[in-house]
Amino acid sequence: MLKDPADVKLCLVVDDSRVVRKVARRILEDLGVEVAEASDGVEALAWVRTAMPDFILLDWNMPVMNGMEFLKALRAEPGGQAPRVIFCSVENDLDRIREALDEGACEYIMKPFDGDIVASKLALAGVL
Amino acid sequence: MTPQDRALIARLCADRAGLRVDPDKAYLLENRLAPVARREGFGSVHEFICAVRDRDEDRLIWAAVEAMSPAETAFFRDPATFEAIVADVLPQLARRREGGTLRLWAASCGTGQEVYSLAMALEEAAPAGVTLEIFGSDLCERRLEKAQAGVYSQFEVQRGLSARRLVRHFEGLEDGFALSPRVRQMVRWRRVNLLEDLSRLGQFDLVLCRNLMGYLLEEARPRVLANLEATVAPGGWLVLGSAEASGALSAAPGRPGLHQRAATARAAA
Repeated sequence: MLKDPADVKLCLVVDDSRVVRKVARRILEDLGVEVAEASDGVEALAWVRTAMPDFILLDWNMPVMNGMEFLKALRAEPGGQAPRVIFCSVENDLDRIREALDEGACEYIMKPFDGDIVASKLALAGVL
Repeated sequence: MTPQDRALIARLCADRAGLRVDPDKAYLLENRLAPVARREGFGSVHEFICAVRDRDEDRLIWAAVEAMSPAETAFFRDPATFEAIVADVLPQLARRREGGTLRLWAASCGTGQEVYSLAMALEEAAPAGVTLEIFGSDLCERRLEKAQAGVYSQFEVQRGLSARRLVRHFEGLEDGFALSPRVRQMVRWRRVNLLEDLSRLGQFDLVLCRNLMGYLLEEARPRVLANLEATVAPGGWLVLGSAEASGALSAAPGRPGLHQRAATARAAA
């Protein structure tokens, strides 16, 4: 079903792995989401300054600026409180997940993920 | 596996549990029966099925039938239905039963995700003034064992379960996640064949049996439905899949799958 362009959500996928970005893009596009990509926190910050996305799929461990540093910087940007942030990381320690939630992430995906997990988590995050 | 093997399994599933198993779905039978054959020490599914045929042992027959029963499950499946149960149905039931006991039953609970979802929601916000009795049942003994253990893989805990509930109710293991004893101990387990007389289970205020009917033969559905309906106490609820209807109970308007038994007639249980 075609969506009204005004209803199409923009998701910024931040991950240093090109493969992960590609897999995420395919899943998100199948869900009717528009996708932008960044390979680390600094690139992601440049992105949000030009076009603030509706939500962000955010890796934790990345070179240059990691996911947690980016999240803190994002929240300090004008309009940076708005996007929902869903962490997406190989980190599966519950204390780390708790830390991400405490910092204002609204959901958390443990890698590896598939389409069902992403759809389930986006629904829980209230972005789809 | 020969066509005769598959036909035998389909017939046993129909006779014992009213299950609709398509004998042409060779891959499905192979997938489900291979672990059983291995566990029972057979070299192949075919050898296992030969033993089922030749030995005519109840234990082997049930091992095959149980493996073919539906396994699809997720935490907080159909969130809208769950929300209606937790926000409206349970508080209303708790008021009716004040000072007494609320009996809740997930009738086809598989590996436990549904009944634990209920238990987690109740642990977070228990209705005041009532004691809770939560039961989970399934046809399949193996799945009940897994349910009882309350240990789930990383994939399983990411289907329907929020990250907040994951960190609140689970503990990380080497390989997987263990539900807290606090929630696990809220649920009691029992193997139940819904085709049999269920009166020994007593009556319940809430019975969940969502999306099972589609896996049953058409001729088995009325019997299973009537059995389930008979376990619902006056004023109690039966929750079916959103496209499934109850004959004897009234559908709640605007809430697909929810059905309520009239509170009158008999005295409250």
